[in-house]
Amino acid sequence: MDIVVLIKPTPDITKVKFDVEKGVVDRSSATLEINPFDLYAIEVAKRIKRLFGGTITSISMAPPHAEPALRDAIARGVDRAILLSDKRFAGADTLATSYTLAAAIRKLGHFDIILCGEKSVDGDTAHVGPEVAEFLGIPHISFVTRITSISRDTIVVEADFGDAYYEVELRLPALVALSRPVIFKEEFVEPSMPRVSDVLRAKRARVEVWNADALSDVANASRFGLAGSPTRVVKAYYALEKGRNARVVRGDEGVAAILNALRELGVVL
Amino acid sequence: MNWQGILVYAENYSGSINRASFELLGKARELIPKVGGDVYATVVTNKESVERHSKELVAFGADKVIVYTVEEMLLPNPVVHRVALINAISYAKPRLVLVPATPWGRSIAPRVAAAIGTGITADCLDVYIDENGDVVQVRPAFTGNIIAHIKTLTNPVMATVRPGVFPLPQPRYDRKGEVIVRDVSVPNADSVKVLGVSKKKAVKLSEAEVIVAIGRGVKSKEDVKLFEELAKALKAQLACSRPLVDMGWMERDRQVGFSGSIVKPKLYIALGISGAPQHIAGMKDSKYIIAVNIDQSAPIVKYSDLVVIGDIYDIAKKLLHALKSSQF
Ligand SMILES: Cc1cc2nc3c(=O)[nH]c(=O)nc-3n(C[C@H](O)[C@H](O)[C@H](O)COP(=O)(O)OP(=O)(O)OC[C@H]3O[C@@H](n4cnc5c(N)ncnc54)[C@H](O)[C@@H]3O)c2cc1C
Repeated sequence: MDIVVLIKPTPDITKVKFDVEKGVVDRSSATLEINPFDLYAIEVAKRIKRLFGGTITSISMAPPHAEPALRDAIARGVDRAILLSDKRFAGADTLATSYTLAAAIRKLGHFDIILCGEKSVDGDTAHVGPEVAEFLGIPHISFVTRITSISRDTIVVEADFGDAYYEVELRLPALVALSRPVIFKEEFVEPSMPRVSDVLRAKRARVEVWNADALSDVANASRFGLAGSPTRVVKAYYALEKGRNARVVRGDEGVAAILNALRELGVVL
Repeated sequence: MNWQGILVYAENYSGSINRASFELLGKARELIPKVGGDVYATVVTNKESVERHSKELVAFGADKVIVYTVEEMLLPNPVVHRVALINAISYAKPRLVLVPATPWGRSIAPRVAAAIGTGITADCLDVYIDENGDVVQVRPAFTGNIIAHIKTLTNPVMATVRPGVFPLPQPRYDRKGEVIVRDVSVPNADSVKVLGVSKKKAVKLSEAEVIVAIGRGVKSKEDVKLFEELAKALKAQLACSRPLVDMGWMERDRQVGFSGSIVKPKLYIALGISGAPQHIAGMKDSKYIIAVNIDQSAPIVKYSDLVVIGDIYDIAKKLLHALKSSQF
């Protein structure tokens, strides 16, 4: 099976610094790593490959300094890593990002399944998977918590619709966006650290870099980057700065304080 | 007349309309004087429920209801809903399309946006019209660390909106509205087959009024019982931080946070939870937050209204004792 994994290099949000005044993210304050949700996509891809053979190709759109994240993907089992990187891709919102990723997948030629994480830790949208599927004209399913079965033509998954989990069968090729925790057949999927030998192998591996020209036969360049993005951030600010001014109490005094609060809030009479 | 009015996608894949859809109708009524045009609702439903659902949507604020009927079996099929929403947009030509930011809505709406080539903003906490008459969407990013205000340059403006951020309007069953029944053909509906419900949710934390949440301060699976008992005594839902789900001590439906449920209860009691940003993202909008922790420097302290420095076992037992004694 030809498996595509969409990987977003994202900053570790527990390390990244925020400019509280300007409401912007200091992107140089943390290195880029694989979006944690996408690690599950890599793990599931490996399990599918184990069953059917084939290759795993990862595609990422990111600045050049994202390269170590792609090497990490190779160390974790991706066969071929493609980095879409060009100033003309910069400033893309989800629509332009999905358009570009879809173009790159089209450029690859044949594929059987596309896997990605349910969302990214920086964009938080969960929109890119469905939009890529739309641009490719294939079915998709989001918020998948279990891969129940898979054949060369179909995949059966359990997906969270909101009110309940549903069992859904998709015809391949299809895009599957994974939640966590996720189960593959009967087994809980947990990303593991790559082995040292794999890390060393990945250091020497080739990361292919594609620029906008590389996609010129499959895409319209005016739909890349900021130019192709219909949404604009007009204002942003840091949301967590203002904490609450907690009253701090200790021990038995604490029990009394909680009981008081419960009464005041009407939780107990 | 093009790109006027507001279209609310009423989420109905199970036979009953998700309440978040009604919240969006309330918001649409509030915004419509500044946007102009009508408030539309669109719903996919089976034949038997057309009247019931249209009446409901009108009562909650729709002027016009665009209805698509399907066989019961196809009701939970996302392919059908995608085609219906695209059709409703091309019929109503609204300025703004609002969709509940449920997993279902966040799966359908972006496909529709890509299909019609318009911008979409995810998981909004607010939508307002600025002094230029532009629609502005307010949403969190960076795991809730940043709040961004976003404008869309294309029509229609599409947004998924987090359930529970707008109040549920009072339904008025004497309101009059128009019902428009439309047909669509759905090619490739069989590319996705929904085989049925495989598992019910253990709990819907997003609707809970009182939550008792436990974290890694709990030492073993058996100990969860003590906190379950406390939750019961407070008529609260028991919730947790992620490690407890990872260890298999709690069901995933009970996880609060960025990769779990976003909650906004009247009272959130965090027991032995440090307050990692991914956890804070899920509960910081709770009305009142109590944290119990042995460590006064834990980040959760900053986001709480009342902090008790102490052992969660000790505090839980004493609370239970007090709640059971005649005093209450
Ligand atoms: C992509 C991603 C998504 C994530 N999503 C989520 C999410 O949705 N929800 C979530 O919760 N986490 C999430 N996490 C994990 C998060 O980063 C933290 O690891 C997690 O929230 C920590 O849980 P905790 O507070 O229970 O544990 P800890 O951080 O270990 O904190 C335990 C706390 O308990 C206190 N304590 C210990 N013993 C006692 C005692 N006897 N009495 C009182 N206090 C005690 C300690 O002082 C400490 O503050 C996510 C992480 C990633 C990378």
